[in-house]
Amino acid sequence: MNRAPLAELSGIGVRYRKGGDVRHGLIEIDLAVAAGETLAIIGESGCGKSTLGRVLLRLQEPTEGDVRYRGESLLALKPHAMRRRRQAMQMIFQDPLASLNPRMTVGETLGEPLMVHRLARRWRDTVEPVAAAMRRVGLDPATVRRFPHQFSGGQRQRIAIARATMAGAELIVADEPLASLDITIQSQILGLFEDMRAQGGVTFVFISHDLPVVSQTADRVVVMLGGRIVEDGAPRAVFREPAHPYTQALVDAVPVPDPDAARRRQERPAAAVAHGTPARPDLCPFAPRCPHLLPACTHTMPPLRHVAPGRRAACWLHGDWSPP
Amino acid sequence: MSEALLDMNGLEVRFGSTIAVRDVGLHVLPGEAVGLVGESGSGKSTAMLAVLGLHPPGSAAVTARRLRLAGHDILAVPERTLRDLRGRVAAMIFQDPLTALNPVMPIGSQIAEVLVRHHRLGRSAAMMQASALLETVGIADGAGRLRDYPMAFSGGMRQRVMIAIALAGQPRLLIADEPTTALDVTVQAELVRLIRGLQRERGMGLVWVTHDLALMAGVVDRVVVLYAGRVMESAPVDLLYARPLHPYTVALLESLPRFEAGPPRVRAHATRDVAPAAEGCPFAPRCPHRFARCAQMPPLFEDRGSLAACWLLAR
Repeated sequence: MNRAPLAELSGIGVRYRKGGDVRHGLIEIDLAVAAGETLAIIGESGCGKSTLGRVLLRLQEPTEGDVRYRGESLLALKPHAMRRRRQAMQMIFQDPLASLNPRMTVGETLGEPLMVHRLARRWRDTVEPVAAAMRRVGLDPATVRRFPHQFSGGQRQRIAIARATMAGAELIVADEPLASLDITIQSQILGLFEDMRAQGGVTFVFISHDLPVVSQTADRVVVMLGGRIVEDGAPRAVFREPAHPYTQALVDAVPVPDPDAARRRQERPAAAVAHGTPARPDLCPFAPRCPHLLPACTHTMPPLRHVAPGRRAACWLHGDWSPP
Repeated sequence: MSEALLDMNGLEVRFGSTIAVRDVGLHVLPGEAVGLVGESGSGKSTAMLAVLGLHPPGSAAVTARRLRLAGHDILAVPERTLRDLRGRVAAMIFQDPLTALNPVMPIGSQIAEVLVRHHRLGRSAAMMQASALLETVGIADGAGRLRDYPMAFSGGMRQRVMIAIALAGQPRLLIADEPTTALDVTVQAELVRLIRGLQRERGMGLVWVTHDLALMAGVVDRVVVLYAGRVMESAPVDLLYARPLHPYTVALLESLPRFEAGPPRVRAHATRDVAPAAEGCPFAPRCPHRFARCAQMPPLFEDRGSLAACWLLAR
């Protein structure tokens, strides 16, 4: 990637203490988000993808490592300096009903960021920009006095998107923004993201578990498992020829809207089956399920290394090293 | 032809002045798998709850020209018979096993409960059978997990427990209401394999209720597409994907994200800000082909093995 990174995670680790145990949320994450790109993060529930998104915006403090934004370390910033940076860094959540204040009208919800970041001095000055934002996301400005519950799920998500963009966001982390929506509404919201990208200026980190959606919208995809990045690269290449067996398992599990292909797939034996190797935070998180388990996998974690231009994978099956 | 497990015709469910389901028919034979597909609010779950007589009499008015479950007239039999049919003739699994399971009862007892009620097994025989059922649904060391509570299981494993409870009554018809929606794709694929395998093995009828048309391609033999409480199309699975007849089915298929396609085709008619029409074809306000006749609800027209409720097919 030759574009300068907008945001960068280096050596990020997140650990929790639960009872006497230490749980690993994120392990040794190195990731650069280029300005203007749409980066998708995929993986199963509990893989750490949402935690990564939150750490990127410093909504959660990592246990170790550094978060840089435009070259500046975010972790060192004082609260009030951080608040100023937040103007450019926004998040969209899965459930708009939970993330919108039920007692605020659309007008108040969208006007508030302008007031907080002093882009408007009086509420009266927010009327015009709020109406413009509503039109941008396909909402009728006449509904400005309505409350979230008076809108449909798709409309609410569009309100949340409009709110994220009110104060001139550069980086938007969207955590499963489509998961609670009907399929025809999903394509509507995707179209909206597409427009925002085309107008330029916005960098998207899109957390998802929907591989086909990712293959159509992202410039780059990061595959996570067990708190680690196991593979990344251009989505079409990653999904057509997965380098990591976990990515392969994900691709094989995606429903295909083609009865013939679906039947052929079901006749094949199940791909990844647990074979009893216990999961350990210092080893490959897929080892307990991997159909290609090598002796090396049971004692040494493969590093995340380039296996092709623009393509990284953490698997002993790839690269020109000999497994220990 | 063997007797239909589910023979439903002209089902209507009203909540006060709201009609949630109108004129819906569904026919399921032993060993047959049917997908009931629709977006939220299409009436798909409401229709299936009516099959089991699960709508409280005060809240919903359920009527039908015919509603028979393995020959029993669901609208005529007393509640006692209904209770006996539920679980033994038809069982249901739900989207969220954590709400459907009893959180303060070990899973073994929850399975055994069904065995004691429907098969009059003694407590210890029921527990042995329960552990065998857990292994049938892919939970290793069934006997060792009988005393575990639902919280001790992951989402996918809880859904397996739900399936074990459903199987305990040896039902002839299994109704699965979005059983994999909240789960990861890899777990979803395993459960589809499990449910489909069990259904074939036991010759059960299966109704799979879902919003996910892509998933249905690999799960069912026939698909019924609902919109705003009405049947839009009913077709064998291969025909539905190869030659969708109803403009709504076409819109649904077009909005499915696919690996190999370009960016999703966002069409104006896919916008649901437009409410379904109360009279006539409910899809008309979003339909790119609508014309004067759509103000009246079309009947289901037959076209080379598929049925669709669209005036475009009238000859």
